[in-house]
Amino acid sequence: MSELILKTAAQLADALAAGETTSVELTQAHLDRIAAVDGDVHAFLHIDAEGALSQAAASDARRANGDALHALDGVPIAVKDVLTTTGLPTTCGSKILEGWVPPYDATVVKKIKNAGLPILGKTNMDEFAMGSSTEHSAYGPTKNPWKLDRIPGGSGGGSAAAVAAFEAPLALGTDTGGSIRQPGAVTGTVGVKPTYGSVSRYGLVALANSLDQVGPVTRTVLDSALLHELIGGHDPLDSTSTTTPVTGLVDAARAGGTGDLKGVKVGVIKELAGEGWAPDVMAKFNESVDILTKLGADVVEVSTPSFQHAMAAYYLILPAECSSNLAKFDAMRYGLRVTPDGDPSAEDVMKASRDAGFGDEVKRRIILGTYALSSGYYDAYYGQAQKIRTLIIEDFKKAFEQVDVLVSPTSPSTAFPLGAKLDDPLAMYMQDLATIPANLAGTPGISVPAGVSDVDGLPVGVQLLAPVLEDARLYRVGAALEGAIGPVLSIDKLEVAR
Amino acid sequence: MPEITRDEVAHLADLARIDLSDAELDHLAPQLQVILESVASIQGLAGDDVPATSHPLPLTNVFREDVVTPCLTPEQALSGAPSVEEQRFAVPRILGDEQ
Repeated sequence: MSELILKTAAQLADALAAGETTSVELTQAHLDRIAAVDGDVHAFLHIDAEGALSQAAASDARRANGDALHALDGVPIAVKDVLTTTGLPTTCGSKILEGWVPPYDATVVKKIKNAGLPILGKTNMDEFAMGSSTEHSAYGPTKNPWKLDRIPGGSGGGSAAAVAAFEAPLALGTDTGGSIRQPGAVTGTVGVKPTYGSVSRYGLVALANSLDQVGPVTRTVLDSALLHELIGGHDPLDSTSTTTPVTGLVDAARAGGTGDLKGVKVGVIKELAGEGWAPDVMAKFNESVDILTKLGADVVEVSTPSFQHAMAAYYLILPAECSSNLAKFDAMRYGLRVTPDGDPSAEDVMKASRDAGFGDEVKRRIILGTYALSSGYYDAYYGQAQKIRTLIIEDFKKAFEQVDVLVSPTSPSTAFPLGAKLDDPLAMYMQDLATIPANLAGTPGISVPAGVSDVDGLPVGVQLLAPVLEDARLYRVGAALEGAIGPVLSIDKLEVAR
Repeated sequence: MPEITRDEVAHLADLARIDLSDAELDHLAPQLQVILESVASIQGLAGDDVPATSHPLPLTNVFREDVVTPCLTPEQALSGAPSVEEQRFAVPRILGDEQ
């Protein structure tokens, strides 16, 4: 194993700039690591060794001429399989898109290509990003590199596991209800859900348009800031894209790294604790809150009463949007087509194809969404959920009148065993209790490793939330916390060690 | 308490164009009932004075100049098609005999 894979993306960027290594060398080092451990971890659905090495060689040639495109030019990255990539399959973890090779790149993919980051491959996920464990992937689950019989979180368990297992220094994820942050928490990595609209969704196969956001998955807060600034910014191809420039995140992470939080007001969310929250998670969380106080932050308790209804509102809004979004998988223009015997109509073909191509969780949510949008139920369910959304936004506003950032545990428990919640959808949904409110309100959030549980030795995450477009606050406070806690993830703690 | 029967799930699956098998209906209907009971807790929580939010950003429609920009070639657009004929998507019949 090459020691190069242990470095952070920022360290790799520095090593490339100093001429101490080449992109080909470090891309090969990560490909070797993937070859050694991904049989056990299954973080990747597709590995593109040839493409990554050719992009790495091009990067080295540019750098030799003094033409590096970006600080991260030459640093390899993994991409969640929900983002379209020209020439590379994009399955969204679903059989209905098996073998589909998109004719266009997602804007975020274009941005990382234009900056020269070699793409190692596409990472595993719950089918169409529906789930909290990657067990809903049609291609088999990803395993948590800390303990292979545990879930890596979801839906972006592949991206988080790849980064945690040192198979990639950076990855892209997407977060609709916690799909970046919860995998980050249970794998001891950093995950950020940016402000809604600040990173383009063009080429992100939509789960729920009003909730989805692309974001960074890394091992350090600074690495997330570097990647976040690279992928952020206005995109005319996304009509929900904000025009506010995405800047100041790297500076904020570096400022936070000094460990001084004097004058920062932090609110502990009263509603995200108590029953349903594992004592070992709460113990680590409380330690993090004490550390914030020691760093000079002014910590108070804040109440956001509507958050208790966030999960119910989310599981009406999300199915409603996804039942509409996934209607496009109709077996007519791309994807799986199953033709029943006889002389089937287009409708018969659609029904057979969608039954064969979608897994259980996708079917559950499409049917639930179809129900919620039915006339007669619309006002009672979807209409109410939209009103709860308003109340949650108001709770955030009131909270941010009192404090600069909010803090909670990211996930109610550490990584649970594979299979433990597979037949109990509601128990699976509870994993996202703390992460869902930010998606409903469009606010940014980060999960930072808080330490490991005293009970099972598995990582615990702490979540920070900031007002819309104030993502920089997450990086400042997150980096300060990370520095004071010290490294949580190390290769020797993993079941897939050296 | 809201109820979602096996027959209703079958009807919804039909509307959503998913050909669920009997075994799937047996499996999914009770799970959907549990989920629905849980989310039904929000019924009546917010009154008429609370406006609905459909989207986290206060958006209005976005327009661009009406100029030609590069787009997919027919070959690219058809590259993932299950069936192609004469540079078009080939699909099963969409009308019944009586139509």
